[in-house]
Amino acid sequence: MARIGVFICHCGENISATVDVAKVAEKAGKLSGVAYSVDYKYMCSDPGQTLIIDAIKEHKLTGIVVASCSPRMHEGTFRKAAEKAGINPYFCEMANIREQVSWVHPKSDATTQKALDIVRTMVEKVKKNTALTPIKVPITKTALVIGGGIAGIQAALDIANAGHSVIMVEKKPSIGGHMSQLSETFPTLDCSQCILTPRMVEVAQHPNITLYTYAEVEKVTGFVGNFEVTIRMKAKSVDHSKCTGCGTCWQKCPSKKIPDEFNEGMGFRTAIYSPFPQAVPNKPVIDRDHCNYFQKGKCGVCQKICPAGAIDYEVQDEFLDVKVGAIITATGFDLKHADFFPEYGYGQFKDVIDGMMFERLASASGPTAGEIRRPSDGKIPEKIVFVACAGSRDKAKGIEYCSKICCMYTAKHAMLYKHKKHDGDAYVFYMDIRAAGKDYDEFVRRAIEEDDVHYIRGRVSRIYEKNGKLIVKGVDTLMNGDPVEIEADMVVLATAVIANQDAETVAQRMHISYNKHHFFAEAHPKLRPVETNTAGIMLAGACQGAKDIPETVSQASASASKAIGLFSSNEMTREPIVAVVNRQAPPNFTSCTGCMLCMEVCPYHAIEREEMKDRTGNLIKVAVKVNAGLCQGCGTCVAMCRNKSIDLQGFSNDQMLSEVMALLNS
Amino acid sequence: MRIGFYPGCSLEGSSKEYSDSLFAVAEKCGIMLEEIKDWSCCGASAAHNLNHDLALALPARTLALAEKQGFEEVVIPCAACYSRIAGTKQEISNNVATRKKIERYIDLTLEADIKILTVFEFLQKYIFPVADGHIVNKLNQKTACYYGCLYSRPKETAALEQIENPMEMDKVMVKAGATPIDWAFKTECCGAGFTMSRTDIVAKLSGKIIEDAADRGAESIIVACPMCHVNLDMRRPEIKKQLNKEINLPVLFITQALGLSMGIPADQLGLNKHYVPTDKVVTCIVKKEA
Repeated sequence: MARIGVFICHCGENISATVDVAKVAEKAGKLSGVAYSVDYKYMCSDPGQTLIIDAIKEHKLTGIVVASCSPRMHEGTFRKAAEKAGINPYFCEMANIREQVSWVHPKSDATTQKALDIVRTMVEKVKKNTALTPIKVPITKTALVIGGGIAGIQAALDIANAGHSVIMVEKKPSIGGHMSQLSETFPTLDCSQCILTPRMVEVAQHPNITLYTYAEVEKVTGFVGNFEVTIRMKAKSVDHSKCTGCGTCWQKCPSKKIPDEFNEGMGFRTAIYSPFPQAVPNKPVIDRDHCNYFQKGKCGVCQKICPAGAIDYEVQDEFLDVKVGAIITATGFDLKHADFFPEYGYGQFKDVIDGMMFERLASASGPTAGEIRRPSDGKIPEKIVFVACAGSRDKAKGIEYCSKICCMYTAKHAMLYKHKKHDGDAYVFYMDIRAAGKDYDEFVRRAIEEDDVHYIRGRVSRIYEKNGKLIVKGVDTLMNGDPVEIEADMVVLATAVIANQDAETVAQRMHISYNKHHFFAEAHPKLRPVETNTAGIMLAGACQGAKDIPETVSQASASASKAIGLFSSNEMTREPIVAVVNRQAPPNFTSCTGCMLCMEVCPYHAIEREEMKDRTGNLIKVAVKVNAGLCQGCGTCVAMCRNKSIDLQGFSNDQMLSEVMALLNS
Repeated sequence: MRIGFYPGCSLEGSSKEYSDSLFAVAEKCGIMLEEIKDWSCCGASAAHNLNHDLALALPARTLALAEKQGFEEVVIPCAACYSRIAGTKQEISNNVATRKKIERYIDLTLEADIKILTVFEFLQKYIFPVADGHIVNKLNQKTACYYGCLYSRPKETAALEQIENPMEMDKVMVKAGATPIDWAFKTECCGAGFTMSRTDIVAKLSGKIIEDAADRGAESIIVACPMCHVNLDMRRPEIKKQLNKEINLPVLFITQALGLSMGIPADQLGLNKHYVPTDKVVTCIVKKEA
C-alpha cells in the first residue's frame, strides 16, 4: 500500500501569492494513498529538506511529491533528500505549480484548483513509480580532436596537458588551419604565425598527442565514453617515417603551376608539396590529381631523386579504427567565394579580392613577401576600398547572420595598409561597427583617428572597371544618403564566413545537429554552449559559428575541460530515464516482434538488433534492444512501437495514463 | 492555351511601338495574345505612395478579371506594371485577410494563382522554341542590355535569375545575332519616375548609363521597360547638356530588336517612333547565313 507524502512549497511569495497553498496541502492530504501533506515557505532550503527527510522517516513514506518549481530547477535537490531518507530517489516526483500555475495565472480559486489538479496527477504517477538505478558506463580516456586549426590545437593541448591521450585528425597535409594564413592579428597586431607555430610544434611533439594529418574521420559509432571511430588515412604517397623533409622532391617536381591554396591561389605550388615552410609535419604529400605520374603514368622524378627512398606510388588509403571517450569537433569554417557577388565583380576583376587574400598579401611569408601589391599587375595600390559585410547580414543573399570577425579584420587590414603605404588612401564601407571585444573598439578608433582610415557608413552597390580603375559606387548614409563614387586601385571584400562545404556530411556522420547554414548546433545557446546534443561530442571554434581567435581559444579550452571532466572518473553515471524493451521468459524472450520501426525513428541510433538463440546457437527470434549509453530518453520509439514492447523508464505508458486518468477523474 | 495580354497605359501611348513590335513578333511565330477585357490602371508610380489598399486593389482588379476571363497566363510587357502586379499577387497570396479585404473593395473573387510573364519570360517560353525558323537576319552589332530596377527589385518578385547580373535579355539578343556586351549599368537607376518632375536627375543618371554603354562600344541599348525607354531615348537634350557631348546611341525595345532579326519591316516595329534615329541599327543587319 502506497504511503505518499505531499510537500507544498510557497517559494517565498512566488507561489503563495496566487495559490492558496494551505488549501492545496489540506486537500492533497485527503487524496487516496496520501499519508502526509504539508506546506512550507522554502522547501528547497536546508530546513525544508530536513522537513522532507524527517517526514519520510516518521511516516514511513514510500514516495513523495514536491509541489514547487520546475523539475529543471530542483528535482536533483529533492531526489537527493529522498535518498538521504532511505528511499529510492526515483520515488520523488515534482508537481510544477510555479512556472505552470502561479507565474501564469492570477490569484483565484481556479488557480488553486489547477495546482491541486497537478499535485493529484503526480500523486497518481508516483504510485506507479519503480525503483531505478543510475546507469554506469565505462569511459575510454582518450579524446578525438577533429581539425588541426587553432581550436583543435588548443583543445588537444589542454586535454593532453591534463594527462589524457589525444588523437588529432587533420584533413590537410599540415595542421595550423586558417590562423597559419593570417598576417597580423587584432587587436594587438602580433604576427599570427609567430604565436601559432610554437603551438603547432608542441602538438607534434607532445607525448600524449597522436597526430594524423591528411586524414579524415570516416565513421563514428558508439556513445559517450565509448565511441568507435574509423579514420581514413589518405594516401600521402610519401613514407613519413623515412622522409627527412629535405625538400629535394618539391624543388625538382616538374608540375609547378598548381594554384597554391595556402596563398589563396596567388602563386603556385608543385604536385609533391608541403603547404608552407612552417608546416607541421614539414613533410610532403603528393597531390595525385595534379601529379604527372598519377595522371599520365609518366614522370617518377621524385622517386628517383629522393635520398631517403620515401616515395611510394603504390600506397593506398588506409583505415584505422580507434576507441575514444570524447570527441571535440573543431572543423573550422570557410569564406564565401566568387560567383556570389556579380555586382562586385569578384572573380571577374583580379584586383577585387577577399579578406584572406589580403592576409596573404600582407603576410611576410606570402606571395609578395609582405608588400601589398595588387594581383593584376603587381603595383602598389594608391587607394584601397574595403567593403565590410560583403554577403553577411544580407537576406537577399541568403545569409542573415553577422560574420562577426570582419569589422575587426577590416580595420586591421586598413591599418596594415596604411602602415606600409603612408600616403595611400584607405576607405572602409560599413553597416555598423561591431567591435565589442576587449580592446576592440579602441583598435577601430585607432584605425580611424591615428591611421586616418576613411570610414563611410553605407553599402556598396556596384564595382566596375573603367580606365584601369575600379569604380566603387556606394552611399554615405551619414551624409544625407549621398551617392559616393571612389576610384580605387584595389578592393577588398570582407566576404561572409560560412560553414565548410562538407559540414553537413560531417554533422550527419557524427550525429550532431546543425542549423540551416550548416553551422553545428550547441546543446543550449547560453548554458551549454560547447556541448552538442549528442553526449560526449563537444564543439570548438568556427564550426559552430563565426568566431575570432580569442573566442575560439576560449571555447576550445572550455570543450577540453568538458572532456577532462568526463575523464575524471573511471565510469560515468547517467540518469536511468531510458527506453527498455520488455523481456519475458523463453521461448518468447520479449513481446518485440522485430519490426524495427523504432530503429528508423530513433534520432540517437540507440536501438540495436538483437538475436535470440538457443543453446546450440540456432536463431529463434530477432528483436531489438536499447543501448542505454546512447539513449536520451526522448520516447519516440515508445510512440512508434506497435505492440507496446518498449517503455520509457520513469515515464512509462502506465505512469502517463495514471496521470491523465487523475485529471479526468477530478 | 489562351495567353492574356495586359498593356497598361504606356503600351497604348508613349510606348505604342513596344506593343506593336510584340504583336508583330508573336504573330510571325503564330502565337495569339488576347487583351484582358476592361483592364484598369496598375497604379504604378502613384498609388503605392498614397494608399496601400488602393495600390493592391488596382492590380488585383485586373488579375481578377483575367482569372474570370479564363486566362492561365498573362504577359505584362511593362516593367512597372509587372512589378506592381507581381507584388500584389505575392502579397495577396501570402495573406488571406488582405485577400478578403481587397476582394471586398473590387467586388470580385481572386485566386491569385495566375502566372505572370515578363516579356523575356514570354519570349523564352513561347517564341524561342519556334524562333529559329523565323530568324532570317543577324543583327550584327554590339548591344547593351539594360534591365533597370523594376525587374530586379525587390528580390521577392524579381523576374531575373541573377538579380545583380541578369542575363535574360542578353540571351534573347544572342538569338537575334547580336553581341551583348558585359557592362556595369545593367540594373542601375535611369531616374525612372522623375522623368517629369526632376529632369536634371534623370539626365545625370540616364547620362551615365548611355555613356558607359557607348564607352564599351555598344551600338544600341536594348530595354524592356517603357519608363527606361522614355528616359534614355527622349531626354537626350538634357543628357547632352549633362555629359557635354552628344551620344547618338539608339534605344530599342527587345521585341523591336528581335523583330528585326525576323525580317519584320522597321516601320511595322515602330522604329520610326523614336527620338534617337534608329537607322544605324538597321544598316548593321546582315542576312543570316543558312
